[in-house]
Amino acid sequence: MSLSRAASLSPQGTLLSEVIPPSSWQKKQQNPPLPTGNRSRCPEQDVSICLLVALLQRILHAPAPGMDQESGAASAGSFISLNEHEQRYYSGLHSLCQADTSGQLSSGKVAELFKASQLPPEALHKVTEVCGAKRLGYFGTPQFYVALKLLAAAQSGLPIHLESVTANLPLPRFLGLKNEPEMRYSAVPPSIDSQGAQGGTAPGSLSWTPADRSAFRHLEANAEKKELWSPPRSPCGSPSRSPLTYRSYPYTKQRNGADSQIAYESKHSSQLEQHSSPSNYRTKATVEHPAMARASSSERLDQQGVVDYSDDDPWRITEEQLEYYTNQFKSLQPDLGALILGAIAKNFFTKSKLPIPELSHIWELSDVDRDGALTFSEFCTAFHLIVARKNGYPLPESLPPTLQPGFMQQEEDIPDTPEDRTIIERLQPSLATTKQDLKEESCKQDVGVKRVTTSQEKQTLQRAFPERPEPPHDLDPQMRTKTRPRSYSSTSFEDAMKKAEEPPTPPPRPQKTHSRASSLDLNKLFQQGAPGVKGGWLPPPPALPPRPTTSQVPHFISVSEKTPQNKVQQPNFADFSHFREEEESSVKPEEQGLRSRFGRSTEDLTNASKQDMIGVSHSQAPQKPVRRKYHPESQNLEAVPPPAMPFAPPAKPAQKLLSGQKRGIQMAIRKNKETNAVLTRLNSELQQQLKVVHQERVTLESQLELLRPVAST
Amino acid sequence: MSAFLHTSLDVVEEKISAVGKSLGDQRELYLGLLYPTEDYKVYGYVTNSKVKFVIVVDSSNTSLRDNEIRSMFRKLHNSFTDVMCNPFHNPGDPIQSKAFDGIVSGMMVQTG
Repeated sequence: MSLSRAASLSPQGTLLSEVIPPSSWQKKQQNPPLPTGNRSRCPEQDVSICLLVALLQRILHAPAPGMDQESGAASAGSFISLNEHEQRYYSGLHSLCQADTSGQLSSGKVAELFKASQLPPEALHKVTEVCGAKRLGYFGTPQFYVALKLLAAAQSGLPIHLESVTANLPLPRFLGLKNEPEMRYSAVPPSIDSQGAQGGTAPGSLSWTPADRSAFRHLEANAEKKELWSPPRSPCGSPSRSPLTYRSYPYTKQRNGADSQIAYESKHSSQLEQHSSPSNYRTKATVEHPAMARASSSERLDQQGVVDYSDDDPWRITEEQLEYYTNQFKSLQPDLGALILGAIAKNFFTKSKLPIPELSHIWELSDVDRDGALTFSEFCTAFHLIVARKNGYPLPESLPPTLQPGFMQQEEDIPDTPEDRTIIERLQPSLATTKQDLKEESCKQDVGVKRVTTSQEKQTLQRAFPERPEPPHDLDPQMRTKTRPRSYSSTSFEDAMKKAEEPPTPPPRPQKTHSRASSLDLNKLFQQGAPGVKGGWLPPPPALPPRPTTSQVPHFISVSEKTPQNKVQQPNFADFSHFREEEESSVKPEEQGLRSRFGRSTEDLTNASKQDMIGVSHSQAPQKPVRRKYHPESQNLEAVPPPAMPFAPPAKPAQKLLSGQKRGIQMAIRKNKETNAVLTRLNSELQQQLKVVHQERVTLESQLELLRPVAST
Repeated sequence: MSAFLHTSLDVVEEKISAVGKSLGDQRELYLGLLYPTEDYKVYGYVTNSKVKFVIVVDSSNTSLRDNEIRSMFRKLHNSFTDVMCNPFHNPGDPIQSKAFDGIVSGMMVQTG
């Protein structure tokens, strides 16, 4: 298609052979599964960033697309005899202008480029006309190159005619873009940073974004060129921009020339000026944004990110971004396993200058456990959404799958704590963990009861059940650590859910007002409810409560606990690895490990929460001997780096591990069956009560109806 | 219509202030407020933080049970706390959370 158009082109009837291989076009036009509205957002990719990055790529790394374009440029330049510099420069500009599938360049970008050349508008018009774009209505590659040549000619004072292109001209200079030598040899970070700073804003008006981008880039370059460069050169080099920059670069490469046919005549300089001022302010604001950023892997990010970005999915967090987010997280909260409080996160994200409703929406999306604080994964999600939003992507209504906590955890090799946490989050968003947020205690407590609704229980039950068969089949030791908590927590949650159903009788119900620490409460409830309500229970139930509760609670608490104390989770992990390492194939180690964890975690929680611990203390007593037994072992294991442990033991313990796992699962199954029986009994009792109440209600209603005509008359 | 809301709020406050026990009952049914002409029921619900929820139900919908109302309040309370936990939300502002709105409208559709 591009070839044919190229053939039909050229004002003088000469054939500008467009030999750009299709592959190069395709590389530029990979379409990520972006949400709708791409086209309008295309301009979000900052022109200048892409230009510089593309140039650098070409010059420093010489990747294939660059080469292809160069070759194409060479072929196109054969007619207009571009020299090597020109070829490179033009191909850079060409990629800048975001050619779409048909080879047409985005007229908006071309417009801004032309504006940047600082030629009078009539000259620009003439250039357009001469190069043939006006006749065609768009800029193809040959037209573009001719236009660039003409711009150079105009800038050096030559008349804008086609003959001028044959002259040996200097490169066209575009204000707002760096001069070519600068672009080539200047350091990457400052250029990218400054451009990134410009690119950071996400103007709301979609139709004017191309104008905005060019305008503010233009204006900034004019007015505050130096000024802009100094802030980005600050140590962090606007790391907040760097994810934006290198993300925008790939977007450019993959974007399907979104604003295809903004009429080329729309070089509305007036509007450009208009929108430039608000965008100018915004840009200034974003320049301030870098000031808050810290440790800079920005340079590394820039270069690596540009080269390494292989994923088309804009919602996927790349390694560089992850690193950056980690640094940011650490700057807010040194402990990776801990939470960022809502207020802190609010201040942090407010600096991104997104409107508050959008930030609120982002928060809603990313705070999956609804605890008012952000875990590391939640933080990454939120940050990523902010970055995407600033790049112009509309906020999704729900979390994309690649941004969900569990997904990220599978990719990362962060210690167990966030993994467990996120797995638990995935399982039971309602049964979130107790946070150290004391101020939210009351809020949580109110919510806790309501959270445990039967509908949620059913959901968790359904979710939990399919996950249980997984662990035995999963041979990956690392995955085991992930799945085991899931399996146990799944069983534990089933138990928890069932226990939530158990004491629906009014007296225990008000006590269920313990929020996301519902596991503890259920534990307490079970303890209290078991002897009281379930008088007719079999002997196993009294023995059962401690065990399932310990199995559920520790996982719940320790696994899903987001305490700042890593050691709580580490013992968890350590216990698992310990279990593995010790080659104990019996279920007991697991249970005891659970109990030990439970004991430990309950200890921690005792420090944290108030009345939740009342129930926990009940179960602490029976667990103490077990806990002590495993205490030293867990402590010993804390020192051992977790990742080393799974791979240390030979295959033999793995087999024993499997059988141990099986036994554990069988135990869990048995426990679940027992609780099932208990709950069915309870259910039947409650049904009877419900019938009675219904009958009463019917009688009362009939009486009311009898009285009502009397009242209404 | 707003007059009824105000009167119902008055009665709720009265109930709260009269209560000497712990912060009032969470499940406060308010069937008493039934106007002969208007035929609607107003249910009140107070949280521990003195936030009041009021549900107005058409009396023609007699199928609504007490438990259903309670569950509605529970859901409402849950979503409300979710909204509150958002640090970007200033208490007192009208709630702009889409999730919250979704839940509320879902509830309304359910009950007809």
